Amino acid sequence: METLFLARAQFAFTSIFHFFFIPLTLGLSIFTAILETAYVKTGNEKYKHLTKFWGTLFLINFAVGVVTGIVMEFQFGMNWSAYSRFVGDIVGVPLAIETLLAFFIESTFIGVWVFGWNKLPKALHAASIWIVALGSTLSAFWILVANSFMQSPVGYKMAANGSQAEMVDFFALLFNPSLWKQFPHVLAGGVVTAGFLVIAVSVWHLCRGTQERNAFETSLKFGAIYAFIGTMLVVLAGHAQMQNLLTTQPMKVAAAEALWESENPASFSLFTIGDEKGLKDVFSIRVPGMLSFLAYNTFEGEVKGIKNLQKEYAVQYGPGNYIPSIVTAYWSFRFMVGAGTLMLFVSLLALYKVIKENYTFSPMAGTLLFWSLLLPWIANTSGWILAEMGRQPWIVFGLLKTENGVTPASVVSSSELLFSLAVFIVIYAALAGTDLFLLKKYASAGIKTAE
Amino acid sequence: MDLQTLWFVIIAFLFISFFVLEGFDFGVGILLPFMSQEDRERRAVINTIGPFWDGNEMWLISAGGVMFAVFPKWYATLFSGFYLLLILMLVALIFRGVAFEFRSKHDNPAWRSFWDWSIFGGSLIPALLWGVAIANFMRGVPIDSSMNATGGVLNLLNPYALLCGITSLFIFSLHGAIFLALKTTDTLKEKAMSLARTLWAPATLLCIICMACTVTETDLYLRLGINPGTVPVFSVLALVSVIFMLQKNAAGWAFAMTTVAIAFSTITIFMGLYPRVLVSSLNPAWSLTIYNSSSSLYSLGIMSIVALLFIPMILIYQGWSYQVFRQRVSKDSELEY
Repeated sequence: METLFLARAQFAFTSIFHFFFIPLTLGLSIFTAILETAYVKTGNEKYKHLTKFWGTLFLINFAVGVVTGIVMEFQFGMNWSAYSRFVGDIVGVPLAIETLLAFFIESTFIGVWVFGWNKLPKALHAASIWIVALGSTLSAFWILVANSFMQSPVGYKMAANGSQAEMVDFFALLFNPSLWKQFPHVLAGGVVTAGFLVIAVSVWHLCRGTQERNAFETSLKFGAIYAFIGTMLVVLAGHAQMQNLLTTQPMKVAAAEALWESENPASFSLFTIGDEKGLKDVFSIRVPGMLSFLAYNTFEGEVKGIKNLQKEYAVQYGPGNYIPSIVTAYWSFRFMVGAGTLMLFVSLLALYKVIKENYTFSPMAGTLLFWSLLLPWIANTSGWILAEMGRQPWIVFGLLKTENGVTPASVVSSSELLFSLAVFIVIYAALAGTDLFLLKKYASAGIKTAE
Repeated sequence: MDLQTLWFVIIAFLFISFFVLEGFDFGVGILLPFMSQEDRERRAVINTIGPFWDGNEMWLISAGGVMFAVFPKWYATLFSGFYLLLILMLVALIFRGVAFEFRSKHDNPAWRSFWDWSIFGGSLIPALLWGVAIANFMRGVPIDSSMNATGGVLNLLNPYALLCGITSLFIFSLHGAIFLALKTTDTLKEKAMSLARTLWAPATLLCIICMACTVTETDLYLRLGINPGTVPVFSVLALVSVIFMLQKNAAGWAFAMTTVAIAFSTITIFMGLYPRVLVSSLNPAWSLTIYNSSSSLYSLGIMSIVALLFIPMILIYQGWSYQVFRQRVSKDSELEY
């Protein structure tokens, strides 16, 4: 098999797996920190129990996020050496800052927090989990500085010999408009993920009639508010991000909408079966004008179609195919938005129950609230698939194609890649199984066991 | 001093910190099966590094990240050229990392034993591979004119590199044993002291053989001169002196000496390499140097400000965390999970 295909498969597999854990780390670190702050402020032991309960789940999840993250950091050089040489001058900088600024405080203070319960004053101990949460958030920020550059390059110039891109304005990277849409979206996604897990586990215990009823009612209350705020933010930030994409990567929008020709006003696809080779609809239900409305907040305005953009890009970048996999972009977008819409309803239901202080659930409501915990994972994963697959054929938009970023086969052969991919699949499957086993064990055991 | 040289020094510093700090927690992991068979004692051994190992590992992760930013061609050539070694190292670090967290989360002897062996293997493999890797930095790998290191994994596993690997394994084990002697009490402390005394002779002997082979296998001594200066000499003297301190039960001094030995050996290696970062075995002109592999001066400048701001901060708060957990750990201590 081709090394390009294998390197992409390995990157996709390891990064999707890594991102199963990261949103929960982001959201649950802040959630745990809020609970411990409540404990420090009120002195109420209930909050300490809850901090330990959610903190334990946080740690089980955190460990896998950390070790799979090391793989990501090494992989740029290992499988994408041409890419690393080409953009190291730019993309390397935020990654280096991520390690020096975020990873160090995260990993040092997680040790302080886990082992420091009886060695530090209460407030200082609570501060250490806040610092961990800050570290996770900063880590997300810096990696997204790098990713935003790949989505929408700013603040660079090409080296005289064309061999690499060089940074000319660090602050342009920091104020990249893409970044300030992407970062809130990802962060809010983390809050949502944790919120839905908290709702699911709390409702599960309340339906079971676990003894620590009061604690799980409190948990649900915090979780429902947290999930609702997160969902609102994730939808708003996602909307802003899609609007931004119209200027930075219109092809991604067109592919996500299966919009073959430019339209004004443009229609929104509810359901399309398309002919990807012939670039036309086989069957489609569309809402007239809706895409223009989503794009420009008015029912007018042109949204460019796939065919038109292909022509433009061929002129701008030279002959070639500039159309990403439309099936992937179209359906990942629908899974993300579909899951997001459901999350909005579910979080409203949870919020309604909490406001009414009604903590009894019909079997149907209980089942719904529990299984909704899968929704954020569906949205997170499909969102990243859209972001990365929708950018193809580029690895750095407009500057470097994915096929030109891969390590040459003379350095890393396809058999070596096949071997490493197999190793990652086996180990990650075992990790996922073990992690789920432990999460389930500690989540269902209730608060006493976490002590 | 130009910015490339400044960054060469900073990366050397990151590697020294990594070898000194993660060195002892690799050592503790390697010695875990030899320290005790009893569960609470093993937990105590793990807890000597419990609050620290993750922060220590970040010195490696940051060395990788920083390399990407300031010497992207070094990063690209090294990480792709050492592919299978790094896959093996990643697998080891994955098992080791989750083992610390998972080990005590389930009360079952087979489960505990599995994760204890993961800590052992996950510490042993990187301790060995770092010696192998550094040896190949110096000895050279087949880097061609377009900076690609071909040659594959078998080329990296040459006898000289394996010798250096076994040496680093023994030195980190010795360093870890002395750390354990500093951080434990009673029988655990005695056990750690006796392990340290046992490990000293092979570690020192291997180190001297390794240095001798470096004369024939690399050009380091040609570059440093017949009298290579005080740094490598001090490194050996420090290692030799360890046994006298162990006999006087002065574990603190012994730890200071293994620290000096590790730091000074690393400095020797970087001094011998300068201004190269990865030697080409095909043609000296194709070696990667700090100049042909570096980022633009603008990026180096940004990174310099970042490093001068954050590295002192890291040293302060990591130092503080060592201060918080300065007490010795015993099986009768309150062992967090």
